[in-house]
This record gives sequence, structure tokens and C-alpha cells, in this order.
Amino acid sequence: METVHLKINNIPVEVPQGYTILQAAKVANVEIPTLCYLKDINCIGACRVCMVEAQKDGRPLRGLLAACVYPVEEGLEVFTNTPAVIKSRKTTLELLLSNHNKKCLSCVRNQTCELQKLAAEYGVDEDRFPSEEPIYEIDDLSPYIVRDNNKCINCMRCVAACKNVQSISVIGAIQRGFNAHVGSAFDKSLNNAPCVGCGQCVVSCPVGALTEKSQEDKVWEAIADPNKKVLFFTAPSIKATLGEAFGMPIGTNVEGKMAAAIKRLGANVKAFNMDFTADLTIIEEANELVQRIKTGGTLPMFTSCCPGWVKFVEHYYPEFMPNLSTCKSPQAMFGAVLKGYYCQKNNIDPKDVFVVSVIPCTAKKFEATRPQLRSDENYDDVDVALTTRELARMIKRAAINFADLPEEDFDAPFNKATGGGVIFGATGGVLEAALRTAARLLDGDFKKIDFEEVRGPEAVREVTYEVAGVKINVAVTSGLGNARKLLEKIKKGEANYQMVEIMACPGGCINGGGQPTRSDSVSNFVDYKALRSKALYDQDKNSELRVCDDSPIIKMVYDEFFEAPGAEKAHHYLHTSYVARGKYYN
Amino acid sequence: MADKSLPSFKGTQEQEQKLLEVIAKNKELPGALLPVLHEAQEIYGYLPIEVQQMVADGLNLSLSEVYGVATFYSRFSLTPKGKHQISVCLGTACYVKGSDKVLDEVEKMLGIKSGECTPDGLFSIDSCRCVGACGLAPVMMIDEEVYGKLTPAEVHKILANYMEREGGTVS
Repeated sequence: METVHLKINNIPVEVPQGYTILQAAKVANVEIPTLCYLKDINCIGACRVCMVEAQKDGRPLRGLLAACVYPVEEGLEVFTNTPAVIKSRKTTLELLLSNHNKKCLSCVRNQTCELQKLAAEYGVDEDRFPSEEPIYEIDDLSPYIVRDNNKCINCMRCVAACKNVQSISVIGAIQRGFNAHVGSAFDKSLNNAPCVGCGQCVVSCPVGALTEKSQEDKVWEAIADPNKKVLFFTAPSIKATLGEAFGMPIGTNVEGKMAAAIKRLGANVKAFNMDFTADLTIIEEANELVQRIKTGGTLPMFTSCCPGWVKFVEHYYPEFMPNLSTCKSPQAMFGAVLKGYYCQKNNIDPKDVFVVSVIPCTAKKFEATRPQLRSDENYDDVDVALTTRELARMIKRAAINFADLPEEDFDAPFNKATGGGVIFGATGGVLEAALRTAARLLDGDFKKIDFEEVRGPEAVREVTYEVAGVKINVAVTSGLGNARKLLEKIKKGEANYQMVEIMACPGGCINGGGQPTRSDSVSNFVDYKALRSKALYDQDKNSELRVCDDSPIIKMVYDEFFEAPGAEKAHHYLHTSYVARGKYYN
Repeated sequence: MADKSLPSFKGTQEQEQKLLEVIAKNKELPGALLPVLHEAQEIYGYLPIEVQQMVADGLNLSLSEVYGVATFYSRFSLTPKGKHQISVCLGTACYVKGSDKVLDEVEKMLGIKSGECTPDGLFSIDSCRCVGACGLAPVMMIDEEVYGKLTPAEVHKILANYMEREGGTVS
């Protein structure tokens, strides 16, 4: 590899050719602030916050350079904090703030806003350029994402996430000059656009222009109602990320504290473990896979637990709908378990329970409203779906000191799960859990537990396993851009799989659109996806039970209610159908 | 946030055929979008959502990418011209004489902005720079007719006349 020698603030560094000044500075341990730059996603040098001065052969280079896109060259000397640089950054921030809605106090990004942080660092606190503020209507019509363009700084990070990562491009830059803004085609509400709701735009946003549609108030209302039983359950990935919202290191597993915190939200609140319905999903899905293989059903079978992926198929690849497993997602299954099995067993009217899921995802908010998921036509099985961020805000508002909480168990009867359910939160986890169960279904003596080949950061992992003389070709991918490529490959007949796992968000749920926002310095320089996944794989490794069908709770719900995997009752409560949506409309 | 209502689209088979030929001709070119949009506007007179969808489909782009380019360049029009085309002069002489108030009144009465067309397709508003009748400032044109020495009240009367003739009600 060819390298280049240069100096950053007089510190000599040697870096690979093709590095940008920003990357080289990181090697020298020098921070350069950025705003529009997101590694691998948005590298457009547009915001002009990362400007630096440079000289070569003792002669200054003309003007300032955008460090995020300027490639290094031999003998370059870079200065990141000169008076000219500081002045330029400050003026840029003043201009950005000139038409920014500065109601910071109640903004959900208060204290996590990247613009606010820079303004503080550069002492920008007054309107040096008072200007006419454009008044954009807030788009809060969709059940999952709210866009407030009055706070948007046109960094294009959301547009890049939607286009470059997810290959959907449902939002883009509209008009020019002072009227330039981000939105859907024909300025339609996101609710009327073919958006899959994954929320990657939300976690890309440096400011408060994009947020989830908050439903915290509805939950507080239910908690305040003495006639309601409020039943929370938390998705597998939440335990690996919630701690970040309380300043804990990335990858801290906070399962025990999380259960303790939820129980303290109100006397009528129970905290259940959604890893249990991840187990349940696997039982139904592995059974479905074996049935499809044995009876010549539609293959490959696609996993159906990711609502962003499901909606992507419905909008853009409806011809693949028969390939989607008919299994409901773990969230939807838990709703059905609670309003079906749990209410019947405890003699409760389903109207008196309020089901709250905590999920890493904005698309799950949409999923909760899908009429196809109702096991009784009169009510939704899941009343409210909260993102990790919303749960964190509720815990903060309840003045619970999260760090000091004891580690507690979830509430019975849905307190235990297997390692197979835990790893649902990371890309490859669902397939691995399904393989553990399917392999055993096909060959009772099958011993392999760790299917490490399907884990990891590669965009697509393809593996062939042989179980009881049956060859099973599997593939895993995450990120809808990768999913699109895989679907095109299958369409052209270039691949022959039996089962494919797809998650809409790169890395799976641990990087979901509802997870705690991270600063761009984390996004750009820390492998946070690996750290969060590790928390889940470590828990799986240390679990007593690792194959989903070994869960005693699974046995209990089948014995007492669902009869058997794939049975009629199980089908009514645990399976669903899909609807073609079209490319241009919701 | 309600979606804007769009005028109904009346494209012909012949126009569609032409557009498909334009798309086929340009499809492989890098940056095909701009020339295709130019020709699409030639064919239809403007770029309604239906046309932009055909372009998006043909070039394998998302609708938001097409819309972004269509709104970036002021030469592209997203709205058809109305049966009656109203053009308010914002040239120096007219502007000094208060043509901004004339435009305001027209926009208020029709409930649309300059550059737009009423949903019933009857009226569209544009602004122009000098029609060579500065002595009559402020001036507006409706189709080929020039109206001068306007006040908002005068505008109201003239426009009400047109609207009533078209069977509409005046607010």
C-alpha cells in the first residue's frame, strides 16, 4: 500500500494514499469538527465546518480546504485551529443558525444536537445575521417519523442515508437557494410517499429536524389510569443500546436495570421480555421453512420480522411477497400472546390492557397499526410502540436514576428466553436461531450451535449447510441497498437459496432507526455496530439455553393455548398476510 | 400537512408514445434526466406528477430525484397554463406604481400563487418584466388583453368579470 507523509498541526503522520485530511488528522489524534460528513454515507463537503488551512513547500494553499473530502498529498502541512479557520467556522455556524428554529429547550435533541454543540464550542449565541425564518409546515402525518424543516440545516445526511444506504430515495433536495429544503416528491407528506419507515434518516440527522412520532404521552395516560394494566415488553436489541442514553459506554448490556426501570414507571406496569417471542417466531418460522422445503413451497423463504424490509417488499418488490415468511414479527406475536393467551388465562378483558412495545425502530410504529396483524378485528394487539429513545425519555421524566438501579428480572410469566432469541437484534441472528431449530427438526442429533459463518460485518454472507442429507443454502444481508442487490440476483436466477434473512438497517436492529442518536464522531470513527452486537452475542454465549425450542415458556404457551407449531390456532394468532402498495404511493 | 391538490392530468396516447421514445433514446446517456425533462416539457407543456413518474420509471430513478431536478431549474414548470393566462408586470415602472398589490389581489382572488394554475384549469398566474406599456403602469395582461392604471379594486372588478363568465363564484 502506498503511503503519504504529511503534518497535521506540526505532528508528522504517515497514512495510506487516498486518505482525506479528516482521516489523517484522526491518525494524529487531532479532531476536526464536521457536520454534513457521515463516513461512507455523505461525503459532499457541503457544510464548510471542517475547513482547515494548509501549506506545501512553505507556500500556503489558496483558501481553506474542506478536510472531509480533500485528499492528502506528500509533504502537505495542515493547520486545523488557526484564527482564519476559527473565524470561518464561526461565521458558517452563524449563517446556519440565522434561519434555524432555535427553540432548543424542549427540542428532543437538546444536548445531543451537533449544531448546538458546535455553537457552544465556538461561542455562537446571538443572531448576527437576523433573517426571515422560513416557516415550513411540520409533517407529522405518518405514524412513525416527524419532519420539522424549520430545524433542518440542509446537510443532506438524511437524503444520503435514504439514497446511498437504503436505495429508496424517497426524500431529496427540493428547489434552490433560500427555498431549498428536503422533502418527498411533490412535497407530499411522508405518510403519502413510498417510505418504508426504517428511520435511518432520523439517526442520521445532526439536529432536531427528524424525530420519531412520539407516543410517550399516550403511555403516561395509560399508566395514570388505574383501570388499565400496562404491559411493556422490550425487543432483544434494547438492552444493548439503552445505556448509551444514560452516558454508559457503547455495548453495555443493561437488561437488568432496564427491567427495573420499567417496573418503576408505575404500579400497574409490568415488564416482559420480548426475547421470548423472538423464540416463538423461530419455532413458527423454522417449522414453516421445513414445510416449504418438504412440500415444494415458495423458496427462498425470507424472514419477516423486520417491518421496514416487509414494507420495502410491498412497495418495490411485490412479486416477492409469497417468499416472505407468513410469521408475524416478535412484536406482533407478543401483542397477540398478551391480548389472546395472557388475557384469557388471567380472565382480563383485552380492553383493559394497554400493550407497549419498546423497539429499536420507527417502522415498528407503523407495523403496530397494520390491520393485517389484528388477531381480533376490534383492537390493535400492540397499542403503542416506543423507540429506545422514547423509553429513555420516559425514564428520565420519571426521575429514575438509571445508573444506580439494581439489576432485576423481567416479570413472570414472560421473563425468560434463550440465546437464540437474544441474537435477533443483530444481523444474522434470526437466521442463526432458525438454523439451530431447523437443524434439530431435520436431524435430532444435530449438535452445532454456533453458526458463526452468518455473523459479521460483510454486506452479504452466503453459506451452505448440510443437515440430514439436506443441503440448505442461506444468505444474510442488512441495509435495503444490499437487499435490493440480493433480490435482483435472485430474480436473474443467479442465486439459489432456501432461506434469506434481511434487516432493513445496516447491522440489524442494534443500528435501528429508533436507537439512541450518536454523535458524528462516533458514527465516523467508532465501530458502534460491532460493540452493540457483541453485547448480544456475549449474552447468547453465556445463556443456559441457546436453542429457541428449549424455552420452558414456549412449551407452556403451546400446551396451554397455541396447540402446536403451524396448528390452526397458532396460525390465527401468529401468522399474517401482506399487501402490495405500489412504487409511488403509500 | 395536507398535500397540495394538483390539476387533473389530460395527456394523450400520442404524447406518451413520444415521451417513451425520448426516454429510450436517452436512457443509456449519463445524466439523461435533464435532456429527458426538457423534451418532456416540450411534449406536455409542463411537468405534472404523471409525466415525472413516467420519467422516473423509464430512467430507473426515484420520483424525488426527478422532482428535485424539476424544481431546481426555474425553466421547468410543474403547473399547466390555464385557459386564461394572467401575467402581472413587475417591471420597474409598474413595480413603482404598486404592481405588487395587483399581484397580491390576483393571487388572493384565485387562491393560487404566481406560477400556479387553478385546480379547475381556468386561470394561471405569472409575473413578467415590462410589456411596453409603462405609460399605463401598473399593468397586467389577461390572455392578449392589456389592462392598465390598475388598483386592487379595479383588478377585483376585471377578474370577477372573467370568473363570472366562466360560471364561477367570486369570493
